[in-house]
Amino acid sequence: MGLDIRDPGTFQGPDAPSDDDLSTCVHCGLCLNYCPTFRVTGLETESPRGRIYLMTQWKRGGLPFTEELVRHIDLCLGCRTCEAVCPSGVPYGRIIEHGRAEVERLRRPNPKSLLVRQTMRQLLGHPVRLQAAGAMTRLGQALRLTGLVPQSRVLPRLTGAYRPPAGRVAPPIGERRFRVAFLLGCVMPIFYRPAHEASVKLLQLAGCEVWFPRGQRCCGALFAHNGDLEGARGLREVNQRAFGMEDFDYLLVNSAGCGSHLKDFYPNLGTRVRDLFEFLAEVGLPEPRQEVPLRVTYQDACHLVHAQRIRKPPRQLLKSIPGLEFVEMAHADICCGSAGIYNAVQPEMSERILAEKMEDLLSVQPQVVVTANPGCQMQLEAGLRARGRQEVAVKHLAEVIAAAY
Amino acid sequence: MGLPNGVLRELKQIVGGHQVVHEANDLKIFERDGSISGALPDAVVLPADRDQVAAVVRLAARHGIPVVPRGAGTGLSGGAVTVKGGIALQLSRMRRVLRIDPASRTAMVEPGVVNQDLQQAASRHGLFYAPDPSSQKACTIGGNAAENSGGPHCLYYGVTTNHVLGMEVVLADGSFAWLGGEAPDRVGLDLLGVMVGSEGTLGTITRILVKLLPVPESVVTLMAAFPTIETASHAVSAVIGHGILPAALEMMDQVTIGAVEAHYRAGYPTDAGAVLLVEVDGLQESCGELSGEIERILKENEATNLRIAEDPDERELLWAGRKGAIGALGRIKPNYYLHDGVVPRTRLPEVLRRVGEIGDHYKLPVANVFHAGDGNLHPNILFDLRDAGVMDQVEGAGEEMLYAVVEMGGTLSGEHGIGIEKNAFMPWIYSADDLEAMLRVKRALDPAGLMNPGKIFPDPEREPRLTARAGFCAEARWW
Ligand SMILES: Cc1cc2nc3c(=O)[nH]c(=O)nc-3n(C[C@H](O)[C@H](O)[C@H](O)COP(=O)(O)OP(=O)(O)OC[C@H]3O[C@@H](n4cnc5c(N)ncnc54)[C@H](O)[C@@H]3O)c2cc1C
Ligand code: SF4
Ligand code: SF4
Repeated sequence: MGLDIRDPGTFQGPDAPSDDDLSTCVHCGLCLNYCPTFRVTGLETESPRGRIYLMTQWKRGGLPFTEELVRHIDLCLGCRTCEAVCPSGVPYGRIIEHGRAEVERLRRPNPKSLLVRQTMRQLLGHPVRLQAAGAMTRLGQALRLTGLVPQSRVLPRLTGAYRPPAGRVAPPIGERRFRVAFLLGCVMPIFYRPAHEASVKLLQLAGCEVWFPRGQRCCGALFAHNGDLEGARGLREVNQRAFGMEDFDYLLVNSAGCGSHLKDFYPNLGTRVRDLFEFLAEVGLPEPRQEVPLRVTYQDACHLVHAQRIRKPPRQLLKSIPGLEFVEMAHADICCGSAGIYNAVQPEMSERILAEKMEDLLSVQPQVVVTANPGCQMQLEAGLRARGRQEVAVKHLAEVIAAAY
Repeated sequence: MGLPNGVLRELKQIVGGHQVVHEANDLKIFERDGSISGALPDAVVLPADRDQVAAVVRLAARHGIPVVPRGAGTGLSGGAVTVKGGIALQLSRMRRVLRIDPASRTAMVEPGVVNQDLQQAASRHGLFYAPDPSSQKACTIGGNAAENSGGPHCLYYGVTTNHVLGMEVVLADGSFAWLGGEAPDRVGLDLLGVMVGSEGTLGTITRILVKLLPVPESVVTLMAAFPTIETASHAVSAVIGHGILPAALEMMDQVTIGAVEAHYRAGYPTDAGAVLLVEVDGLQESCGELSGEIERILKENEATNLRIAEDPDERELLWAGRKGAIGALGRIKPNYYLHDGVVPRTRLPEVLRRVGEIGDHYKLPVANVFHAGDGNLHPNILFDLRDAGVMDQVEGAGEEMLYAVVEMGGTLSGEHGIGIEKNAFMPWIYSADDLEAMLRVKRALDPAGLMNPGKIFPDPEREPRLTARAGFCAEARWW
């Protein structure tokens, strides 16, 4: 049941979506068929149009604030596909981020959401704690204990965290063309060391002096996407200080969710943020040195293709690798159901979306599927493992490109 | 309000517990379609297949509960709005393309298949489905058939009714009927023709057999800017006057161009008074010849800034702008209201002048985007429902515009249907006898009047004016 507030005032907190943002939706419905949760349920309540309508009703007093209704907001992946296809320019990313913050303010404290928030703040916000051996596994266990993560979900094996080179600078290979800062991130260095190594190598090859600012922390994307704007603001302050210390041309990010968050949420840094592949496609790489004879398909990361509208560069880069056979799968730009920690808090819906994804993916028979975000990588790995199809490797796009050098 | 418990229980038995929405708060979210009208259903039911549809309809018939089929809810005349309550039969789970037969060039689909998904499936066989409503990314083939939808390319290819070969319908009593067939010609009474465009008032479509066409060898898309709507309209008449029938011939006015450019950057010149999109398709040779001829005529008629799409990407972008135009208007004002009246093409300049005057009179911005080739207007009245009293003005303006259309020998709707937004105006174009004749057809198929009641025909129980209707004003306060 939860609270039942009927007068206007329900959605009026300082962080609630603005009435102007909400009213940009003209209720045309053109976004419906692109929304993963609508596609699997066929329900207006699980569609972008329905969710915006719901929040509008809350704001204007047309509907009470109940736990049952909040579920429709909880089920949103935050993939922002709707935003990319909406002709009316509805800023859905901003709406859902603020909608979640307001929901968390209003909803009766519930053990599940409190646990999620606490774990996130405790671990992701503090690199030392996170890096302490097995911290992530502890997070996994904590979530699993409460039934948030199904037992079938195995987290990736740890191979030792990525550490920046001594002196925290990697020199360019060849002529120096740019000085760039690199975002280490929270999850990436621990789980996906090879991706970081490959990314830095590619940047060096592209003539970058790569700098790893001291004192940087998690960018706060997962916080903002899960209704903890306060936590996100705290991390923004820390990072702005860390990155503001020195001069650089661009801030390079190889994880889509972080890139999108930095661009949207960091007013001072935002304009200098570049996604790794956006950057590489623009400045160019030297001629590849060897063939990469693999059949590869690409899963768009939502926060790359929809939030940052970066669709062509990753494909362009893949197609430029000699020997590599690129196959496009159907619905490559539809969410895989990972969506940050969504797969942990909404396992059932996540699984349904993943099942459709696996069908599309396996039907093009790839040897490797590449993506550009740690969450997607984990989700695809879990999906393939559950189907006994580990022979299909999941890799970060940077690793596959770097294999040509 | 609300369905008896026994009925809910039975509904759940038929389609499964998760596929029935009956929580009052949830139902609120299903109250509207793409138009501005809204009314609460008593339940939303999502059948998985044709047998479930029939079982739900039979149950409703037994209890005298209205049934309103619902596709994607993109309709613009309130067709899917449950004005009399009852069951909204949401068909979005029935979204399988059952078969594509490249040899006979047909496809059998379930009603919830999205138009664009059918296009994609067909394209794998080098085929396409001609009706291409601007909402094709979302709207369903069932909805298209029920509204007899058109689209930019229907100028040459014809609207939905020309592409539906047959369909299976669940009638109001829950029985199945198959109408039409594989053969292109129909003998006897054209019941299929009656069903297409009947807006869900005669039955629920559960399968549709559609015609597919081979993708033309060559396509040329031209964009031309004009100083005024007037000059662009003359150019349209000139093209068709030369005996040329392009595949598509679309116009957008200055207000629309501005809104569209903001999102799509389609390359329409924002200082133009109007933009025309013209497309010809066919064999390579004839295409080139035809487009050359069109180019010459457009130039003679004051076209500036004439551009031909260089590649498929550019063509797609030019079209994306046109197809997203109505939604893009949300950038100017959060709400739109439009009628899609049709006039004889030669009277376009005149009727557009009148539309402009009416907009000025009510001090409401109007954006025009339309299928110029067949004289099908879409004057979008732009407003913000949060402004007190605005709805009354908007409706007044809309009604006057539609009346102007009828006065010039036109009709109420080119493709969006009558629904609940234009049913009160039906007597402008039909005599009482005409309407009675149509009602007899309706009664023959649906004697209890349970299929999508309150639509198409004037409703004596309801105020003609939306704003005067109970419930609507409260609505406007919330939305
Ligand atoms: C931005 C935008 C652009 C548009 N552009 C065009 C355009 O270019 N051309 C055009 O013609 N229309 C256009 N429309 C209107 C609308 O998209 C069409 O009328 C479309 O066919 C409706 O399909 P739907 O699936 O959304 O149907 P709904 O809106 O869900 O329903 C429409 C009507 O069909 C009935 N219905 C739906 N499914 C069935 C079924 N299986 N059996 C029986 N009855 C059924 C409903 O009861 C209702 O009366 C546009 C709408 C929008 C929002
Ligand atoms: S979010 Fe955009 S596309 Fe979806 S209904 Fe609203 S205006 Fe239309
Ligand atoms: S963000 Fe994704 S899941 Fe959420 S409404 Fe938009 S398309 Fe649907």
